[in-house]
Amino acid sequence: MSAEPDTVHRVALRGRLGRRALLAGAIGITALAMVRPAQARPGLDAAVADFAGGREVQAGRVRFDIPPLVENGNAVGVSIAVESPMTQLDHVTRIALFNEKNPQADMVVFHLGPRAGRAAVSTRVRLATSQTIVALAEMSDGSVWSARANVVVTLAACIEDLL
Amino acid sequence: MRSMINVPKTAKAGEIIEIKTMIAHPMETGYRTGTNGTTIPRNIITRFVCTYDGEEVFSADLFPAVAANPLIAFTTVALRSGTLTFAWTDDSGATQSESVEIVVA
Amino acid sequence: MNRWVQGFLAVCAAPLAGVLWIEADAASPDDKRSGVEFVSPQTRQLQEDDTSNPGMLWVLEGEQLWQEPAGYRATACADCHGAAETVMRGVATRYPQLDEQSERTVDLQGRVNLCRTRHQEAAALAFESQELLALTAFIGYQSRGMPLTASEDERLTPFIDSGRRLYSRRMGQLDLACADCHDARWGQRLSGSLIPQAHPTGYPVYRLEWQTVGSLQRRFRNCMVGVRAEPFDYGAPEMVDLELYLRQRAAGLPIETPAVRP
Repeated sequence: MSAEPDTVHRVALRGRLGRRALLAGAIGITALAMVRPAQARPGLDAAVADFAGGREVQAGRVRFDIPPLVENGNAVGVSIAVESPMTQLDHVTRIALFNEKNPQADMVVFHLGPRAGRAAVSTRVRLATSQTIVALAEMSDGSVWSARANVVVTLAACIEDLL
Repeated sequence: MRSMINVPKTAKAGEIIEIKTMIAHPMETGYRTGTNGTTIPRNIITRFVCTYDGEEVFSADLFPAVAANPLIAFTTVALRSGTLTFAWTDDSGATQSESVEIVVA
Repeated sequence: MNRWVQGFLAVCAAPLAGVLWIEADAASPDDKRSGVEFVSPQTRQLQEDDTSNPGMLWVLEGEQLWQEPAGYRATACADCHGAAETVMRGVATRYPQLDEQSERTVDLQGRVNLCRTRHQEAAALAFESQELLALTAFIGYQSRGMPLTASEDERLTPFIDSGRRLYSRRMGQLDLACADCHDARWGQRLSGSLIPQAHPTGYPVYRLEWQTVGSLQRRFRNCMVGVRAEPFDYGAPEMVDLELYLRQRAAGLPIETPAVRP
C-alpha cells in the first residue's frame, strides 16, 4: 500500500478559514509545495541511457538489496553486489543508482577497480515517494548490467514541520 | 564533522577487507523549504575518496539523494601494511580527511 | 465529533479498509514494550549495529566534549567526574529527578546545563544544540541496557501527578490526549505507522524524520504540533514533568540510547 505524500497533510486544508485553521492550512500548503518538485524532471530511462553512453543495458549480474517496504524514506539502506572476478582484465568500473520520482534521477555513483577485491557496496539513500530504483554496473569490457526494484515508501522523505 | 571509520586493524596479505565509513553531515538537498518560505540552500558532500598509501582504490560521487550522515561501505584488498586515507569533499570544495593504519602480515 | 477529528479519522481509515477507531486496553505492566518493537526490521537493525547507527556519531562527539575544557575556569566534565564509562553508568536511569537546590524537577540535559552554569561557570548549552545532544547521548549511552527506574522520592509526587495530568489531558484542534493513542491504541496504525507505547528509553534519539539526533522535548513538540496544539516551550516545567511521568511509566524497560526511530 502506498501513501501519496500529500495524504498525510490533507486534513490540514479542511475546516473554516479561522486563525487556527489558517495556520494548519499553511502548514499543509507548505508541505505540498515541498513535494511539487517531484513532478517535472528527466526520466529514469533517460538517466540510465545517459550512464550507459548508448550501450545496451542488460538485466542480470547485479544483486540489488533494498527493502520493498520502507517506513521512512529519509534513510533507506541499499546494498549492491555484482558478480565479477575483479581482476585487472575483468572487473566492475562503476556502480550507479538512479530513481524515478525524486527531484533528480542521480543518486550515487561508485568507482571501483581490481583493488576492490569484490564489487560490493552499501549506502543509505533518500526516497521521496514510492517508486522504481535501478542499479547499474559498468564492466571493464564496456558492458552494462542492471537490476530494478520497486519500493513502497509509507512516509515520504524531506517533509518535516521545521519547528 | 565527526566521522566513524571501521577498518580491521590487521589483515592477511591478499585478504579482502570490509570498510565501513560514516560522517555527520546534514546533506541538505537544496529542495527543502524553510519556515519563512525560502529554499534552504544545498549543502552536500559530493565526493568520497579512499586512498591506500596514496593510491586511489575506491571513490564515490554523491548526490542529494544520499541520506544525511552518509554511510559508505565497500571492500579493498589488503596488499601491504600502510595508511588508508578517507576524504570527503563538499559543495564548497572543502575536504575533510581521516586516516587509519592497517597492519598486513 | 468535530470536523477536524472526522477529517483525521477519514485520512487514517481510508487506506486501511475495515479498521475502525477501536477502543483497546492500556498496556498492562506485563506488556510494556519498547518503541523498538514497533519499527521496521531495517530500522531495528540500524539501531542494533553500532557501526551503522547514525546516533553513534553523536555519542563519539560527546565522548570528545566530555574531555574538553569549558567555562571561566576551563574545566572539563572529566576533571570532576572522571571517566564517564564508570561514573556515568546508571545515571540516565534515574532522570528526571529533583534538583535539591532549586527544588524543581530536572531532566538529564537540564542537569548538564546546571553543571555548566553552577560548576564550570560556562554558558548553558542551547536546546537541541549539537553539543547538548552529543553530551546527553554520550551519558545516556553509558546506561545502555540498564533498566529505567521508578523514583521513590516522595518529594517528586506532585510533579509526577502533574505529568500524569498532562499525559491524560486532551489538547489541540484534534482534541487528543497522549493517552488516547499511546495507552488506548498502541499497536494500531496512524497513517501507516505503528503507534508505540511512548516510552522514553532511547533518548536522545536518531529520528529518521529529523535526519539527526533530537531530544525527548523535541519529540513532545512534534506530537503536540501533530494534534495541532500549541507546543510547550523547550525547557518548560511541563516538559520535564511529562518526561518524569513517562519515566515512572516505563520503569523496567532498558535504556537504548542512541535509539533509531522513524
